[in-house]
Amino acid sequence: MSVGADPGRGSRILGDLRGSGQGSIWIATASTIVFAAIVVAVIVTSPGWPAVKKAFFNREIFVDSFPEIARAFLLNIRIFLIAEAVILVFALLIAVLRGLPGPVFFPIRALAVVYTDLFRGIPTILVIYILGFGAPALQLSWLERFTPLFWGIVALVLVYSAYVAEVYRAGIESVHRSQEAAARSLGLSQPQTLRFVIIPQAVRRVIPPLLNDFIGLQKDTALVALIGPIEAFRQSQIDVAATFNYTPYLCTALLFVLLTIPMARLTDWLIARDRRRQLAGAA
Amino acid sequence: MSSKCQALRLDGVRKSFGKNEVLKGIDLDLAEHEVVCLIGASGSGKSTLLRCVNLLEPIDEGRIVVLGEEITAHGVKVNEVRRRIGIVFQAYNLFPHMSVLRNVTLAPRRVLGVSKDVAEAEATALLGRFGLAERRDEYPDRLSGGQQQRVAIVRALAMRPELMLLDEVTSALDPELVAEVLNVIRELAEGGMTMLIATHEMSFARDIASRVCFLDAGRILEQGPPTEIFSNPKEPRTKQFLERIIEAGRL
Repeated sequence: MSVGADPGRGSRILGDLRGSGQGSIWIATASTIVFAAIVVAVIVTSPGWPAVKKAFFNREIFVDSFPEIARAFLLNIRIFLIAEAVILVFALLIAVLRGLPGPVFFPIRALAVVYTDLFRGIPTILVIYILGFGAPALQLSWLERFTPLFWGIVALVLVYSAYVAEVYRAGIESVHRSQEAAARSLGLSQPQTLRFVIIPQAVRRVIPPLLNDFIGLQKDTALVALIGPIEAFRQSQIDVAATFNYTPYLCTALLFVLLTIPMARLTDWLIARDRRRQLAGAA
Repeated sequence: MSSKCQALRLDGVRKSFGKNEVLKGIDLDLAEHEVVCLIGASGSGKSTLLRCVNLLEPIDEGRIVVLGEEITAHGVKVNEVRRRIGIVFQAYNLFPHMSVLRNVTLAPRRVLGVSKDVAEAEATALLGRFGLAERRDEYPDRLSGGQQQRVAIVRALAMRPELMLLDEVTSALDPELVAEVLNVIRELAEGGMTMLIATHEMSFARDIASRVCFLDAGRILEQGPPTEIFSNPKEPRTKQFLERIIEAGRL
């Protein structure tokens, strides 16, 4: 780790990864076009294509159903944004609780373990059903004001927080013990050490897997439809039932892809940036 | 119990990791402004001794007294003890996600409650004193090992410690970077800082220390002024250790 790092080494490695240069760009473009052409040719020459085209790729139905599905999709985005914000905080809390030292905190640690085991184990769809139908069935007056949408979001938060807490925990454990020793030796308390030294480093390291979990969460917002709320998937089901045509499903799929692709690219970019940093650090 | 100018006292300190007893009854006194070097082979207990003094490791038996206060007593506020004792580690242990300036100002701001402006002004002055003024806004990864270790020393000094513990601070450095760090320590010694230094740099120990302690298998086998220890060691183990060091060309 000296200042006079060899500048050639890092860039050469990156060069290989990117496969840069004018020539390789043309080769990549050409091979992509050929590949796509073959796939399209195979599909459109298949015996069932005319029927599939009519059932899934109906332009008129697409245009008709798109505005309503897009409007319903806003609900998916809302569910996603609310759930994500809560998960980021709640999961970190679980991860920190699970790492509390000393025998006094054993019950809390145990609770955190039980929680993550339980909610990573139960299929999301069951958690949504159990909360969505079970909680109102308790007939507690103070629970009555909560809508199925609320329970759907709670279910997603519970399930995804269990995953995200494990991601956070891996990040926290990956920070070397010597960092804690350095912070404590300066007189910082345990909570201060976590807040200023451990967690900032841990979170930076787990951003890519964190975003990966959120791509999963974006898709699973569709499951909330199962207990009532009309989001994009349910809206497309309604349209399919009305038109006897599957094009609205394709429409919904397109919307989900449009939402997840930027997230996926962001994840890739962050991973690449991380790798560049490590190379720079190790040089 | 404690004389007024006593900075550090260890009484019969014992420490085990599992069945392995690393410190087997250490007695040691440091007067204020005294610089004591701990020498001895790897695994002789030098690092553990320093970590115990900073309460990073709990001791099993004995007591440790810092400036008249027994820090190993029950109910002692660990964080308050630590802010009076600075420690610098072999591997620097800088916070990689913070700039040099934030590394240095974190503890004064969060532990001592110094305002941001004051903490930054003091840190900048300290960094300047050790030739690091221009590195203020860099991240640790961008610095050489010697610079990182000097930042680590500044970070400890920013808490205005009454006692400094240095744990083989030059062992991870390239040979040509050792001198810049040793010069910083020399300057601290000249400024009257009380220091307990674990080191493999024998010529440095000879120059700087008022007393040298030879640690062997968890005991202080021999101690005295450096001239005496290095030129006329009494214990056969000390002789053996120094002969090996001379063979390795480090004295």
